Amino acid sequence: MVEWTDFERATIKDVFAKIEYEVVGPAALARCLVVYPWTQRYFGNFGNLYNAAAITGNPKVAKHGITILHGLDKAVKNMDDIRNTYAELSVLHSEKLHVDPDNFKLLADCLTIVVAAQMGKAFTGEIQAAFQKFLAVVVSSLGRQYH
Amino acid sequence: MLSKKERELISEIWGRLTPVAEDIGAEALLRMFASFPGTKTYFSHLDISFRSAHLLSHGKKIVLAIAEGAKDISQLTVTLAPLQTLHAYQLRIDPTNFKLFSHCMLVTLACHMGEDFTPTAHAAMDKYLSAFAAVLAEKYR
Repeated sequence: MVEWTDFERATIKDVFAKIEYEVVGPAALARCLVVYPWTQRYFGNFGNLYNAAAITGNPKVAKHGITILHGLDKAVKNMDDIRNTYAELSVLHSEKLHVDPDNFKLLADCLTIVVAAQMGKAFTGEIQAAFQKFLAVVVSSLGRQYH
Repeated sequence: MLSKKERELISEIWGRLTPVAEDIGAEALLRMFASFPGTKTYFSHLDISFRSAHLLSHGKKIVLAIAEGAKDISQLTVTLAPLQTLHAYQLRIDPTNFKLFSHCMLVTLACHMGEDFTPTAHAAMDKYLSAFAAVLAEKYR
C-alpha cells in the first residue's frame, strides 16, 4: 500500500483542482505525440499527425487527451487504492489496446511538464516530487495486469 | 537526429539562459534532489541547501557546459572531452542519473518559459540533453 503524507494528499488534490482538464489533457497528449513520435503508433485512426501543428490542432487528439485526464481523476479520488481502481483499465490497455507500458511513463513526464509550464514558479520542487510520486503509482497500476 | 532548425532553437534558448545560469542550474539540481533523493549521495561533501553557495556554483557550472555544447552540437565530443574524462575517472556518476537531471532541467525550463516551451522546443531540448548525456558517458567503459 502506498503511504501518502498530508502534504502529498493536499498537493495532488490542489493541483488537480487548479488545472483545466480541457486544456491540460489535450496539451499533454499532443506533447507526447510530438516529443516521442513513436507513440503515434497507437493512434493510426486519428487522422493527420504529420507535424507538431497538425497534432496540436487535431480534434481526436484533444478529445482523447480529455478522456485521459478524466481517467486520472479516478486515481485522485481513490488515492489509497489506485491499484484496484485501475485494474480494469490496465487489462484494457494490455489485452485490447496492446500499449507498451513504458509509454505510460512518457505521457506522465509530458503531463508533468505541461503542468509545470502552467503553474510556473508555483510548481516547486516539493510539489513536483509529490506529483511525480502520484503519477508513478498510476503508471505502475496501469502496468500491473499485463502478463 | 537534430535538424538545423532544432540546433538553432537550442542554441538560441541556451544563449538566452546563460545570464541566469546559476539560477536555472541550481533549480534543476534542487528539483532532482527532491524527486530523486538517491541523487543526493553524490553531493554528501557539499552544502546543497536552497541557494547555497555550493548549489549555485555547481548549477552554474553545469548550465554553462550545456550552453557551451549548444553553440556547436556537431562538435559535442570535442567540446566535452575534458568533462568526459572527469566524469569517467573521477566523478563516476552512474549515467542513469543524467536522465533524471535532464528531466528536471526540462521541468525547470517549462516553469521559466511557460507557453514558450512548446512541444517542438521540448522535443529538441530532450534530444539535445540525451545526446549530451550520451557523450558525457562515452569514456566510462
